[in-house]
Amino acid sequence: MKNDMKCIAAKIENLNGANDFVEEYADLFGLPAKKKFGLLLALEEAFVNICGYAYPDGEGEVELSCAGNDDVLTLEIADRGKPFDVLSLPDPDLTLDIMDRPIGGLGIYFIRTLSDSVSYRRENERNILRMGFKRSQENPAL
Amino acid sequence: MEIQTRNEANTTVITITGRFDAVTAPDYEKKVQELIVGGDIRIVVDFAGLDYISSAGLRGLLVTAKLLKAKGGQVRFANVAGTVKEVFDISGFGTIFQMDATVAASLAAIA
Repeated sequence: MKNDMKCIAAKIENLNGANDFVEEYADLFGLPAKKKFGLLLALEEAFVNICGYAYPDGEGEVELSCAGNDDVLTLEIADRGKPFDVLSLPDPDLTLDIMDRPIGGLGIYFIRTLSDSVSYRRENERNILRMGFKRSQENPAL
Repeated sequence: MEIQTRNEANTTVITITGRFDAVTAPDYEKKVQELIVGGDIRIVVDFAGLDYISSAGLRGLLVTAKLLKAKGGQVRFANVAGTVKEVFDISGFGTIFQMDATVAASLAAIA
Protein backbone atom coordinates (compact mmCIF):
# COMPACT_ATOMS: atom_id res chain seq x y z
CA MET A 1 0.00 0.00 0.00
CA LYS A 2 1.23 3.49 -0.87
CA ASN A 3 2.98 5.41 1.89
CA ASP A 4 1.38 8.58 3.19
CA MET A 5 2.86 11.49 5.15
CA LYS A 6 1.58 14.47 7.05
CA CYS A 7 3.22 17.28 9.01
CA ILE A 8 1.25 18.88 11.83
CA ALA A 9 2.16 21.67 14.26
CA ALA A 10 2.98 20.12 17.64
CA LYS A 11 -0.06 21.39 19.54
CA ILE A 12 -2.47 19.30 21.58
CA GLU A 13 -5.47 20.74 19.74
CA ASN A 14 -4.15 19.17 16.52
CA LEU A 15 -4.58 15.66 17.93
CA ASN A 16 -7.87 15.22 16.08
CA GLY A 17 -6.18 16.01 12.75
CA ALA A 18 -3.41 13.50 13.48
CA ASN A 19 -5.97 10.93 14.54
CA ASP A 20 -8.06 11.39 11.37
CA PHE A 21 -5.02 11.04 9.12
CA VAL A 22 -3.86 7.78 10.72
CA GLU A 23 -7.38 6.37 11.07
CA GLU A 24 -8.08 6.90 7.39
CA TYR A 25 -4.91 5.02 6.49
CA ALA A 26 -5.74 2.21 8.92
CA ASP A 27 -9.20 1.84 7.40
CA LEU A 28 -7.81 1.63 3.87
CA PHE A 29 -5.25 -0.91 5.09
CA GLY A 30 -8.02 -2.94 6.73
CA LEU A 31 -6.74 -2.96 10.28
CA PRO A 32 -9.28 -4.72 12.57
CA ALA A 33 -11.21 -2.49 15.01
CA LYS A 34 -9.36 -3.44 18.19
CA LYS A 35 -5.98 -3.19 16.51
CA LYS A 36 -6.95 0.23 15.21
CA PHE A 37 -7.97 1.32 18.69
CA GLY A 38 -4.49 0.36 19.92
CA LEU A 39 -2.85 2.17 17.00
CA LEU A 40 -4.78 5.39 17.65
CA LEU A 41 -4.11 5.19 21.37
CA ALA A 42 -0.36 4.73 20.78
CA LEU A 43 -0.50 7.63 18.30
CA GLU A 44 -2.08 9.92 20.88
CA GLU A 45 0.44 9.02 23.55
CA ALA A 46 3.39 9.70 21.24
CA PHE A 47 1.83 12.86 19.80
CA VAL A 48 1.05 14.29 23.26
CA ASN A 49 4.60 13.52 24.42
CA ILE A 50 6.03 15.53 21.55
CA CYS A 51 3.63 18.42 22.17
CA GLY A 52 4.67 18.46 25.82
CA TYR A 53 8.41 17.99 25.64
CA ALA A 54 10.00 18.20 22.18
CA TYR A 55 9.97 21.96 21.71
CA PRO A 56 10.33 23.69 25.09
CA ASP A 57 11.62 26.90 23.52
CA GLY A 58 9.09 27.39 20.79
CA GLU A 59 7.01 25.79 18.13
CA GLY A 60 7.72 22.76 16.03
CA GLU A 61 6.17 20.04 13.99
CA VAL A 62 5.20 16.41 14.29
CA GLU A 63 5.80 14.33 11.17
CA LEU A 64 3.54 11.34 10.71
CA SER A 65 4.17 8.67 8.13
CA CYS A 66 2.16 5.55 7.46
CA ALA A 67 3.28 2.56 5.44
CA GLY A 68 1.50 -0.71 4.76
CA ASN A 69 3.55 -3.72 3.73
CA ASP A 70 2.10 -7.22 3.61
CA ASP A 71 0.63 -7.74 7.05
CA VAL A 72 2.09 -4.77 8.90
CA LEU A 73 1.00 -1.17 9.17
CA THR A 74 4.01 0.90 10.22
CA LEU A 75 3.50 4.30 11.81
CA GLU A 76 6.49 6.59 12.25
CA ILE A 77 6.20 9.69 14.43
CA ALA A 78 9.07 12.15 14.24
CA ASP A 79 10.07 15.47 15.77
CA ARG A 80 13.03 17.80 15.43
CA GLY A 81 13.53 18.42 19.15
CA LYS A 82 16.63 17.56 21.14
CA PRO A 83 17.64 13.89 21.18
CA PHE A 84 15.24 11.94 23.36
CA ASP A 85 14.40 8.25 23.39
CA VAL A 86 10.92 7.92 24.84
CA LEU A 87 11.52 4.16 25.16
CA SER A 88 14.18 4.88 27.79
CA LEU A 89 11.42 5.84 30.25
CA PRO A 90 10.52 3.17 32.83
CA ASP A 91 7.06 1.64 32.98
CA PRO A 92 4.83 2.91 35.81
CA ASP A 93 4.19 0.91 38.97
CA LEU A 94 0.72 -0.43 38.25
CA THR A 95 0.32 -1.94 41.69
CA LEU A 96 0.36 1.34 43.64
CA ASP A 97 -2.77 2.61 45.37
CA ILE A 98 -4.71 5.41 43.68
CA MET A 99 -3.57 8.02 46.20
CA ASP A 100 0.10 7.08 45.90
CA ARG A 101 0.32 6.72 42.17
CA PRO A 102 2.20 9.50 40.37
CA ILE A 103 0.23 11.30 37.67
CA GLY A 104 1.56 10.32 34.28
CA GLY A 105 3.97 7.68 32.98
CA LEU A 106 1.22 5.57 31.44
CA GLY A 107 1.64 6.82 27.89
CA ILE A 108 4.86 5.00 27.13
CA TYR A 109 3.44 1.86 28.73
CA PHE A 110 0.51 1.97 26.28
CA ILE A 111 2.89 2.46 23.35
CA ARG A 112 4.87 -0.62 24.38
CA THR A 113 1.83 -2.73 25.18
CA LEU A 114 -0.38 -1.94 22.21
CA SER A 115 2.12 -2.12 19.35
CA ASP A 116 3.48 -5.38 17.93
CA SER A 117 6.90 -3.80 17.56
CA VAL A 118 8.40 -0.48 18.57
CA SER A 119 11.80 1.14 18.11
CA TYR A 120 13.50 4.50 18.39
CA ARG A 121 16.20 6.02 16.23
CA ARG A 122 17.86 9.39 15.85
CA GLU A 123 18.28 10.30 12.21
CA ASN A 124 18.91 13.62 10.44
CA GLU A 125 18.40 15.62 13.63
CA ARG A 126 15.06 13.90 14.18
CA ASN A 127 13.69 11.63 16.89
CA ILE A 128 11.79 8.87 15.16
CA LEU A 129 9.49 6.46 16.94
CA ARG A 130 8.51 3.53 14.74
CA MET A 131 5.60 1.28 15.63
CA GLY A 132 4.33 -1.79 13.81
CA PHE A 133 0.77 -3.16 13.93
CA LYS A 134 -0.02 -6.55 12.42
CA ARG A 135 -3.32 -6.86 10.62
CA SER A 136 -3.69 -10.59 11.21
CA GLN A 137 -2.70 -10.84 14.85
CA GLU A 138 -5.03 -9.96 17.70
CA ASN A 139 -3.46 -7.80 20.37
CA PRO A 140 -3.14 -9.96 23.48
CA ALA A 141 -3.60 -6.89 25.72
CA LEU A 142 -6.89 -5.66 24.28
CA MET B 1 -16.49 14.56 24.23
CA GLU B 2 -19.95 15.59 25.37
CA ILE B 3 -20.40 16.07 29.11
CA GLN B 4 -23.89 16.23 30.60
CA THR B 5 -24.94 16.27 34.23
CA ARG B 6 -28.17 15.57 36.06
CA ASN B 7 -29.20 15.08 39.66
CA GLU B 8 -30.61 11.82 40.83
CA ALA B 9 -31.08 10.66 44.41
CA ASN B 10 -28.89 13.44 45.86
CA THR B 11 -26.11 12.40 43.53
CA THR B 12 -24.74 14.04 40.39
CA VAL B 13 -24.69 11.74 37.37
CA ILE B 14 -22.15 12.81 34.74
CA THR B 15 -22.71 11.31 31.29
CA ILE B 16 -19.66 11.33 29.01
CA THR B 17 -19.81 10.44 25.33
CA GLY B 18 -17.23 10.32 22.54
CA ARG B 19 -13.49 10.60 23.12
CA PHE B 20 -11.82 11.13 26.50
CA ASP B 21 -8.38 12.23 25.33
CA ALA B 22 -5.72 14.90 25.81
CA VAL B 23 -7.95 17.46 24.09
CA THR B 24 -11.09 16.77 26.13
CA ALA B 25 -9.69 15.71 29.54
CA PRO B 26 -9.35 19.36 30.73
CA ASP B 27 -13.10 19.86 30.08
CA TYR B 28 -13.93 16.92 32.34
CA GLU B 29 -11.56 18.09 35.08
CA LYS B 30 -13.07 21.58 34.93
CA LYS B 31 -16.60 20.19 35.15
CA VAL B 32 -15.84 18.08 38.22
CA GLN B 33 -14.02 20.97 39.89
CA GLU B 34 -17.12 23.14 39.35
CA LEU B 35 -19.28 20.46 40.95
CA ILE B 36 -16.97 20.23 43.95
CA VAL B 37 -16.99 24.02 44.37
CA GLY B 38 -20.80 23.86 44.28
CA GLY B 39 -20.80 21.25 47.02
CA ASP B 40 -21.70 18.28 44.81
CA ILE B 41 -19.29 15.62 46.01
CA ARG B 42 -21.34 12.47 45.37
CA ILE B 43 -20.74 11.62 41.75
CA VAL B 44 -21.58 8.78 39.36
CA VAL B 45 -19.92 8.83 35.94
CA ASP B 46 -21.82 7.04 33.16
CA PHE B 47 -19.41 5.65 30.54
CA ALA B 48 -22.05 4.05 28.31
CA GLY B 49 -21.45 6.42 25.40
CA LEU B 50 -17.67 6.62 25.70
CA ASP B 51 -15.81 5.21 22.67
CA TYR B 52 -12.21 5.95 23.56
CA ILE B 53 -9.96 6.78 26.51
CA SER B 54 -6.21 7.48 26.65
CA SER B 55 -3.73 8.03 29.47
CA ALA B 56 -4.78 11.70 29.53
CA GLY B 57 -8.36 10.58 30.17
CA LEU B 58 -7.30 8.18 32.92
CA ARG B 59 -5.20 10.96 34.42
CA GLY B 60 -8.27 13.25 34.44
CA LEU B 61 -10.25 10.58 36.27
CA LEU B 62 -7.44 10.08 38.78
CA VAL B 63 -6.95 13.80 39.47
CA THR B 64 -10.66 14.35 40.09
CA ALA B 65 -11.00 11.19 42.20
CA LYS B 66 -8.16 12.45 44.42
CA LEU B 67 -9.84 15.87 44.73
CA LEU B 68 -13.15 14.25 45.68
CA LYS B 69 -11.51 11.96 48.22
CA ALA B 70 -9.78 14.97 49.81
CA LYS B 71 -13.20 16.67 50.16
CA GLY B 72 -14.79 13.61 51.69
CA GLY B 73 -16.71 12.86 48.51
CA GLN B 74 -17.32 9.71 46.51
CA VAL B 75 -17.20 8.76 42.85
CA ARG B 76 -18.37 5.56 41.14
CA PHE B 77 -18.21 4.58 37.48
CA ALA B 78 -21.06 2.86 35.62
CA ASN B 79 -21.14 1.06 32.27
CA VAL B 80 -17.38 0.86 31.75
CA ALA B 81 -17.27 -1.75 28.98
CA GLY B 82 -15.63 -2.95 25.79
CA THR B 83 -12.30 -1.55 24.68
CA VAL B 84 -12.53 1.31 27.20
CA LYS B 85 -12.73 -1.30 29.98
CA GLU B 86 -9.71 -3.06 28.52
CA VAL B 87 -7.70 0.18 28.67
CA PHE B 88 -8.61 0.40 32.38
CA ASP B 89 -7.50 -3.17 32.87
CA ILE B 90 -4.11 -3.03 31.13
CA SER B 91 -3.26 0.18 33.01
CA GLY B 92 -4.20 -1.23 36.40
CA PHE B 93 -6.91 1.45 36.76
CA GLY B 94 -9.63 -1.20 36.69
CA THR B 95 -8.92 -2.11 40.29
CA ILE B 96 -8.53 1.34 41.84
CA PHE B 97 -11.97 2.77 40.98
CA GLN B 98 -15.40 1.68 42.14
CA MET B 99 -17.22 0.26 39.11
CA ASP B 100 -20.78 -0.92 38.64
CA ALA B 101 -22.68 -2.54 35.81
CA THR B 102 -25.39 0.15 35.69
CA VAL B 103 -26.05 3.72 36.84
CA ALA B 104 -28.77 2.38 39.12
CA ALA B 105 -26.28 0.07 40.79
CA SER B 106 -23.84 2.97 41.26
CA LEU B 107 -26.56 5.14 42.79
CA ALA B 108 -27.58 2.34 45.13
CA ALA B 109 -23.97 1.79 46.20
CA ILE B 110 -23.28 5.47 46.83
CA ALA B 111 -26.44 6.10 48.88
